[in-house]
This record gives sequence, C-alpha cells and structure tokens, in this order.
Amino acid sequence: MKIIINGIEAEVPAGVTVAAALAHAGHGATRRSLSGQPRQAFCGMGVCQECRVRIDGQPERLACMSLAVEGMLVETLA
Amino acid sequence: MRSADVLIVGGGIVGAACAREYARQGLSVAVVERAALGGGATAASMGHLLVVDAEDGGDASEFQLSQRSLRLWQDWLDESPAHAELAEHERCGTLWIAADAEELALAERKCAWLTARGLPAELLDAAALARLEPQLRPGLAGALRVAGDARVYPPKVAAAWLQQAKVQLIRGEVTAIDGASLRLADGRTLWGAMVVLCAGLASQRFLPPGCLLPKKGQLAITQRAPAAVSHQLVELGYIKKAHLAHEDTVSFNVQPRPGGQLLIGSSRQVGRSDAPLDLAMLRRMLQCAAGYLPGLPELSLLRCWSGIRPASADGQPLIGAHPELARVWLATGHEGLGITTSLASAELLADLSLGRAPALSPAPYAPARFVA
Ligand SMILES: Cc1cc2nc3c(=O)[nH]c(=O)nc-3n(C[C@H](O)[C@H](O)[C@H](O)COP(=O)(O)OP(=O)(O)OC[C@H]3O[C@@H](n4cnc5c(N)ncnc54)[C@H](O)[C@@H]3O)c2cc1C
Ligand code: FES
Repeated sequence: MKIIINGIEAEVPAGVTVAAALAHAGHGATRRSLSGQPRQAFCGMGVCQECRVRIDGQPERLACMSLAVEGMLVETLA
Repeated sequence: MRSADVLIVGGGIVGAACAREYARQGLSVAVVERAALGGGATAASMGHLLVVDAEDGGDASEFQLSQRSLRLWQDWLDESPAHAELAEHERCGTLWIAADAEELALAERKCAWLTARGLPAELLDAAALARLEPQLRPGLAGALRVAGDARVYPPKVAAAWLQQAKVQLIRGEVTAIDGASLRLADGRTLWGAMVVLCAGLASQRFLPPGCLLPKKGQLAITQRAPAAVSHQLVELGYIKKAHLAHEDTVSFNVQPRPGGQLLIGSSRQVGRSDAPLDLAMLRRMLQCAAGYLPGLPELSLLRCWSGIRPASADGQPLIGAHPELARVWLATGHEGLGITTSLASAELLADLSLGRAPALSPAPYAPARFVA
C-alpha cells in the first residue's frame, strides 16, 4: 500500500496506523515542540498527543489513532 | 537529634514559599513530602497572579494579601532575569469581561476602587474590547483591564524556591505532629525547633474538625491556537460564583500559555475531593467558554485535569499559630488564590513565628478563629 509522506510516496504495510507507517518509512519525528525539539509517537494509544500530524489536510490528527489508507497524504512537523 | 531548625510538611507552592523565607532568615529547613514536589493543588492550578479587589464579593484582607504578595513576586522576579524565564512569567494582564450593563457597572466600581489605591486599571468599552481581543464574541458590554496581573507555571516556581532554600528533602508521609517533632509513616521521627504545616487540604488531618473543605476544579488546555488571546480573560460573574458556598459553578476563565495554547477554566464543586474528571461539569465549562470565544470549539483539547482547592471554612487562609499545638505553625487553606498569595503568606508566617512585627495585620488569618 502506498501513502504520501511529506510529498514523497512510501510503501507501507496494509492495515497499520499512520504512526506505524511513519516508523516503517523511517520517519523519526512527527512534530516539533515550541523549543524546536523533535517529538514522536510515545504512548501509541491517544494519550500523550506527541504523534500529531496533518492528515489529508486536516491538522492535529493523532497518527497513532488513525489507520493508514491507500493514497493518504501525511505531513509531519506541521 | 535535630533534623532542621524548621520542619515543613508539604512541598507545594506554599511550603516552597515558606522554605525560601525561613532559609532567607538563616534557618535550616527540611521539607517532608509524600508525593511529587509542587504536585498537589499547585500542579493543577492556572498560575494566574492577580490582585483581588474588595468590590462586590471580594474581601479587604484578600486584597491586602494578594497586593503584598504581588509586590514580593516582583521582588523575586527583579532578583534575576532568569526567574521570569524559569517561571514562564508573562504580564498578560487580566480582562474582567462585562457581558451586560449590570456587569459593566461592576467593572466601573472595581476600576474606581483599584485606581483609588493607585493600581493601574482602565475601563474598556465594547469597541475597545473588540479591538484588544478580536476572538471574543461580539455584543459584550466592555471590560475592566488590570494590566499588572500576570501568569506563571507554578510547579516550576515551587521547585525553584525549594532549590534556592537549599532544603533537605525528606520523602515520606507525616502521620503525627506533636510540638517540635514529626512522626512519619515508616516510623522515623524528625525533630526541629518548629513545625510548619503546609500540606494543603491534607492539613485538615492535623487540625480541629471542620477547618478545611475541598473545592474541586477542572481545567482543559488546547492545542496552539492560530489566533490566540493576549490577556487572561475572566467573566465578571466569576467572583460572585466563586463565593457561592453550596453550588457547583462554572465560569469563563481563559489564559494564554506560551506558544499560544489556551488554558480553559474553570469549575468549582464544593465538598468534592475525588480526582476523576466530571464530564458533565467539563462540558458545561467548555460550553461557557465557547459562549465567550466562539472559535474555541475548532481547537482540539490536549489535556483535561482536575485539582482540589484547599479551602477554609470562611474563605480566608489559615496563617499563624496552630490553634492547639505549641511550636506548630500553619499556612494553608488558600483555596483558589494560593499561587498568588504564597509569598505574602510565607512572609507573614515567618514574621509571626520568629517574633518580628508583621508587615500585614494577622488577625483575619489567625487559625484560632476556628476554635471559639
Ligand atoms: C483548578 C485550580 C485552579 C487554580 N488556579 C489558581 C490561580 O490561577 N491562581 C492562584 O493563585 N491559585 C490558583 N489555584 C489555587 C492554588 O493552586 C492553591 O491554593 C495552592 O496550590 C495551594 O498550595 P499548597 O502548597 O497549600 O497545597 P498543595 O499544592 O496541595 O501542596 C500540599 C503538599 O503537601 C503534601 N502532603 C499532604 N499531606 C502530607 C503528609 N501527611 N505528609 C507529607 N506530605 C504531605 C502533598 O503531597 C502536597 O504536595 C487553583 C487551584 C485549582 C485546583
Ligand atoms: S502516540 Fe501518544 S497520542 Fe499518539
């Protein structure tokens, strides 16, 4: 299955979450803190809010709580 | 063996302020804390530093204590530029929002009251308010602006004060207090020349029945808002509601955090000391806030939490000698103002316990009033 991460096509396993897809495609960070530190999925269950990315144009979506689907546009460090 | 000159029970903002004050007097200080430093009510709070006026619902002694404390906050900030940064201090000012003509009349009275005491306050009409905070809904009557009020992040401040005081930190739960010694749950006994009880709501355990009662509150924080607000925004009905003794209330109280997140308050449930979120109250609180800031429902909430305000039976903190135990001193019961009034409370308690002439009149806060 293919999704588009920051404008670049990535082949990811079917049926995974966006957080897993990002990890699979080698993306360490999902966003940056106010002080510029990179952040990434931590709890994997919708609590820590560190995994927020833009999905299909919608900001602040939780990557760990969203399933990746074919052709999805994911933007990190929003 | 003596553990320290002063044994402080509780490492919240009040215990930390007391630790700093006694250390400044050259005394050695040990702080006993059973959980996280700055954790209790201190971590749950908004960190709004505000001057309280005595017009409509306020009280002259609340004004005195908050006024003196803001002076001491300023002194601490002036000690080093690092302090403001560490505290996340920002002089955002308060806008007391008047929804209608009646509230605007209250805003006028408050404005006159404050300016008569030399405090910067100004009245804004509807147009000026809309210019200053365009995110507010149209149709509000105006606001009172108190530019000197500020915001801090209290747990970091408590940690900094404890560090400045070079306290000896003792992990443990105090189970008994008698004069100059403390007994801990694990059987240890600590000795000091005096004991200072700053255990927040839990201080009740060592007090005559009925001195303290819990007032639960809930807060929520949003993602960074694209068009944030720049003042702490509080509805003028807030003080009236805060003093309603037996009713659950919500009020509009929104604070800008660094980076543009919005901290949304607040709720008040008298007699409740349970930790879980009360979703019905939370919903009421958010609806109330959205009534003032129509853009709010667009934002996602990052976290919601609850905290328990340690309130006293008559609304004034208990600062002074323990009503029954010799050499035990109290600083507790600050309800929703403990961050603001921590430093003046510590100063007053040190004045009283070290036999200095107090800077403030101690009578309104004397714990003995509860043992008539
Ligand atoms: C929702 C909410 C919003 C608020 N907003 C503001 C605000 O904007 N501005 C403001 O000025 N105030 C505000 N407050 C009020 C303020 O938070 C409190 O008045 C203040 O934090 C009280 O501090 P404290 O040190 O007395 O208590 P706490 O912070 O509760 O500290 C007491 C400490 O004692 C410890 N302890 C208790 N019992 C024992 C024991 N037996 N042995 C050892 N340790 C013990 C506890 O673990 C705790 O760490 C707010 C409060 C709430 C709940
Ligand atoms: S990883 Fe914690 S909320 Fe997604």
